Amino acid sequence: MRYIEPHGHMVSRTTDDYQAMAMAGCAAICEPAFWAGFDRKSADGFYDYFCQLTQHEPKRAAKFGLPHYCWLCINPKESEDMALAQDVLSLIPQFINSPTVLGIGEIGLNKNTRNEMKVLEQHIELAVKYDQLILVHTPHLEDKRKGTRLIMQVLKSHPKVRPERVIIDHVEEHTIAEVLDAGFWAGITLYPESKATPTRAVDMLENYAAQRVWLNSACDWGVSDPVAVPKAVVEMRRRGHTAKAIDSLVYGNPVRFLSQSPNFKDPQALLS
Amino acid sequence: MSQPHPLTATAGRSKGQVADLHFMDARSKLLDLAAFLDRLERATGPEDHRVRGLRAALPLLLAAGDDRVAKILHLWSDPSSAPIEKADTKSASGVWPGIQ
Repeated sequence: MRYIEPHGHMVSRTTDDYQAMAMAGCAAICEPAFWAGFDRKSADGFYDYFCQLTQHEPKRAAKFGLPHYCWLCINPKESEDMALAQDVLSLIPQFINSPTVLGIGEIGLNKNTRNEMKVLEQHIELAVKYDQLILVHTPHLEDKRKGTRLIMQVLKSHPKVRPERVIIDHVEEHTIAEVLDAGFWAGITLYPESKATPTRAVDMLENYAAQRVWLNSACDWGVSDPVAVPKAVVEMRRRGHTAKAIDSLVYGNPVRFLSQSPNFKDPQALLS
Repeated sequence: MSQPHPLTATAGRSKGQVADLHFMDARSKLLDLAAFLDRLERATGPEDHRVRGLRAALPLLLAAGDDRVAKILHLWSDPSSAPIEKADTKSASGVWPGIQ
């Protein structure tokens, strides 16, 4: 089995996690910028974080034979501070041409505030200006449906945003159809408690078109599982899905979406 | 609307096969839910909006249809559509606090 982990916050994980993912068939990891679990006090903290994402973490992953890519942004949880957000947004262009940057993400909303919306719009402008892919974080739990709809309104109202270059992550049963019907890609996040379990994820895959869907663990510093994607694969096998269909979902789909960035290289091609 | 999925294993699956695969897991989770409600019964003080939301979702489990998860998630969602002025917290509780 081979798979891509398209959303893992590896700066929060141990080398044992890299080892487990490599042993489970992971062929590449993509790491969106995110909230550290606490609010950073200045743009200097983000400068260091972007250096970590673009320079240090690829070296750590390479020790396990894993290509490592990243996305850049200020997470919506820190977007309430508009001054900080402006400082961080102004930092991103100096990192955007790093060879492992895939795009702008994970941007989006957290509590669906006006400031979060403004910073989301600025991130989208940045992505359009630099012709970058977009990875969207949708809010948690009771805020998800409203936030997903607000985010899609903003994306759809921008004349230069192409939905096929945007993935809206953390969809669940009440948001997946709206996201796919609008032409975006959808990410299903596998979490032990919040978001989707492997069984619910496979139910969704059996009910909706899976050509524009990826699965991810979004493993981070909280309760999360870096080998959640392989566990969903086991669930698919238990239900009788073919090896070809599984490979198409957990390897083929991420490669198709991510290959829209010139920086992403199909791991299979790198091996041959 | 979204196209049917090419994963075809679902179509030929019998209820017995689904039960063979997932009954014990569902049984365990139902007992955990019952135990949670029992634990609440033994606790003191008023019930908060999260438990109100959980109780409001229980009838949906027995309703017909194959979209129970979506219905429950809709029930627990914030029904408003406009951005709020400012957040007083970074976190979500799992159920919209205004639920009755």
